[in-house]
Amino acid sequence: MDRIWVLAEAGESGPTPLTLELLTAARSLASTVEAVAWGGDTASLAAPLGEYGATKVYDVGDLGGSLPGAPVASAVAARVLGGDAPDAVLLPASYDGRDVAGRLSAKLDRPVLTNVTGLREADGALVTEHPVFGGTQIASARFTAEGPGLFVIRAKSFTAEPAGGGPAEVVSAPAGDTGATGGAVIRDRHAEAASGPKLDEAAVVVSGGRGLGGADAYALVEELASLLHGAAGASRAIVDAGWVPYSHQVGQTGKTVKPTVYVAAGISGATQHLVGMKGSKNIVAINKDQEAPIFSVADLGIVGDVHKVLPALIEALKQRG
Amino acid sequence: MNVVACVKQIPDPAAPASLDPSTRTLDRSGKLILDDSDSYGVEMALQLAGNVEGSEVTIVSMAPGGETAGLRTALAMGAARAILVSDDALAGSDALSTAKVLAAAIKRAEPDLVIAATESTDGYTGTVPVQVAELLGMPSVTFAKSVVTDGATVKVERQTEAGYDDVESPLPALVTVTAGVVEPRYPSFKGIMAAKSKPVEVLTLADLGIDPAQVGAAGARQEILDVKDAEARGSGEIVVDEGDGAQRIVAFLEQMKVI
Ligand SMILES: Cc1cc2nc3c(=O)[nH]c(=O)nc-3n(C[C@H](O)[C@H](O)[C@H](O)COP(=O)(O)OP(=O)(O)OC[C@H]3O[C@@H](n4cnc5c(N)ncnc54)[C@H](O)[C@@H]3O)c2cc1C
Ligand SMILES: Nc1ncnc2c1ncn2[C@@H]1O[C@H](COP(=O)(O)O)[C@@H](O)[C@H]1O
Repeated sequence: MDRIWVLAEAGESGPTPLTLELLTAARSLASTVEAVAWGGDTASLAAPLGEYGATKVYDVGDLGGSLPGAPVASAVAARVLGGDAPDAVLLPASYDGRDVAGRLSAKLDRPVLTNVTGLREADGALVTEHPVFGGTQIASARFTAEGPGLFVIRAKSFTAEPAGGGPAEVVSAPAGDTGATGGAVIRDRHAEAASGPKLDEAAVVVSGGRGLGGADAYALVEELASLLHGAAGASRAIVDAGWVPYSHQVGQTGKTVKPTVYVAAGISGATQHLVGMKGSKNIVAINKDQEAPIFSVADLGIVGDVHKVLPALIEALKQRG
Repeated sequence: MNVVACVKQIPDPAAPASLDPSTRTLDRSGKLILDDSDSYGVEMALQLAGNVEGSEVTIVSMAPGGETAGLRTALAMGAARAILVSDDALAGSDALSTAKVLAAAIKRAEPDLVIAATESTDGYTGTVPVQVAELLGMPSVTFAKSVVTDGATVKVERQTEAGYDDVESPLPALVTVTAGVVEPRYPSFKGIMAAKSKPVEVLTLADLGIDPAQVGAAGARQEILDVKDAEARGSGEIVVDEGDGAQRIVAFLEQMKVI
């Protein structure tokens, strides 16, 4: 493989962890790795992106509040249709990454492979891995048409490792006129107050589900997480019910976590939840139903009532000091 | 305002899913139902249409075998009419082909607002709606947790990593909603009866002017090579709490050196 582009997303403190994972994967598959970035501050990304293996950054520039999907896809498509096409584009399975993927796919008239958790080269083509049926089976797929292949990759599929490269060269790659498609504009941003380690970076994650019985009982999950210096997660059922904000959701439509220890309290273990946490090193489950599917992935399963086990656990940990 | 709600009809998720061994795609030969993810979109479409005078909700679906069971559910909830694209040549369509077909069908409804779900329960590519928006030349706002419109612009609270953004877009536009944005209504008996006489337009690829060689298995440009069992996670020790559950967890955490 000659050249792979990585859609590089930036958070508050530089490239997102998933971006660095994609750069690392791209490096192992292609001789040249280049990034596509946007926002007012691409120059500051040149160093970290270069460190993880990108030699160039195509800078779409400041989007002036527009949602990234349309302008970023348009900038990438302009280069590809102008004759400068990589073999593949790796995109993060994030809100904006998915938007760019959908638009790019339609603009280039190329299909896109999503929910990718593994990528390898075979006979000059990229072969993907996708968890199906809640991760109990793995499907492999590949493109059969002309490139570039578009791949949307889930977090934690690869381990980020720096390559020690110097800053990437910044090349301007403006979006051009997106017409009506670029009409969606961000008017205001709201961030939830966060404390403790991030859900997808914590060594311990304690998640609660509908078995907690009510929004108030989520305080037990938060207290336990904080005693273990971990982060508090949730099943979608209680996010949908409005007990906790979406940013806590673990699973197919939420975050992928791979902590040292994952504690599932009152979570049944639906396939869509399992795909987000099955990669944890150790899993502890508390559920009053012995038949709950969560027990099939648990290293330690406690068949019991969360309202008894969690307070006792919190008390025991406090006693230890 | 013309509101289109995309509705995928899928095999009942409660029934065990299986892959067709010859094509390695999901077996969709059984009876299909309205994807639960889309019931939120239908409800949202109905509520938004209800707030803007002279609005109507059209359901658009692509499904095999002329399937209308899921459409009838959406019509019973209150949608005015439905467009179904059904054609044998569509079997095995990838997301982009699906989007091309849906876009062509949606266009006929002259939409001001198109609503879809963030991702379907069975396919969960999560890309079909944005592809549709691009093909229709519309802006899109994905991951909506709240939507309001006055018929000229749409205002969305869009989920983000940190919280949410207030996003505004002129219409026509496409919005994808997450579960939990609204509480889908149960069709009333009256609604179910009324749905029986609501118009369902059934279209083939020829009606939409789409070349069958470009879609379905014939036009798919990706293939599944194999499906293997994932490395199984051996399940560990399962114990019934006899008042010692917490202590067991403490011991486990010590062993894992996290405390
Ligand atoms: C397209 C799609 C995407 C999805 N994405 C996600 C996702 O990203 N993440 C996700 O989590 N889900 C996701 N889901 C939803 C998923 O299918 C399940 O509905 C959800 O995970 C269930 O949450 P739960 O385990 O909290 O609730 P339930 O399934 O209701 O389980 C509650 C559990 O609590 C136990 N319980 C009850 N009382 C007690 C008690 N006192 N003590 C101990 N245990 C008790 C019960 O035995 C039960 O097992 C998705 C679904 C779809 C269709
Ligand atoms: N065959 C279909 N018919 C109607 N709508 C669809 C179809 N496929 C996908 N969609 C819409 O696109 C959403 C996301 O689907 P997917 O991209 O498969 O995750 C679905 O929830 C529907 O709203």
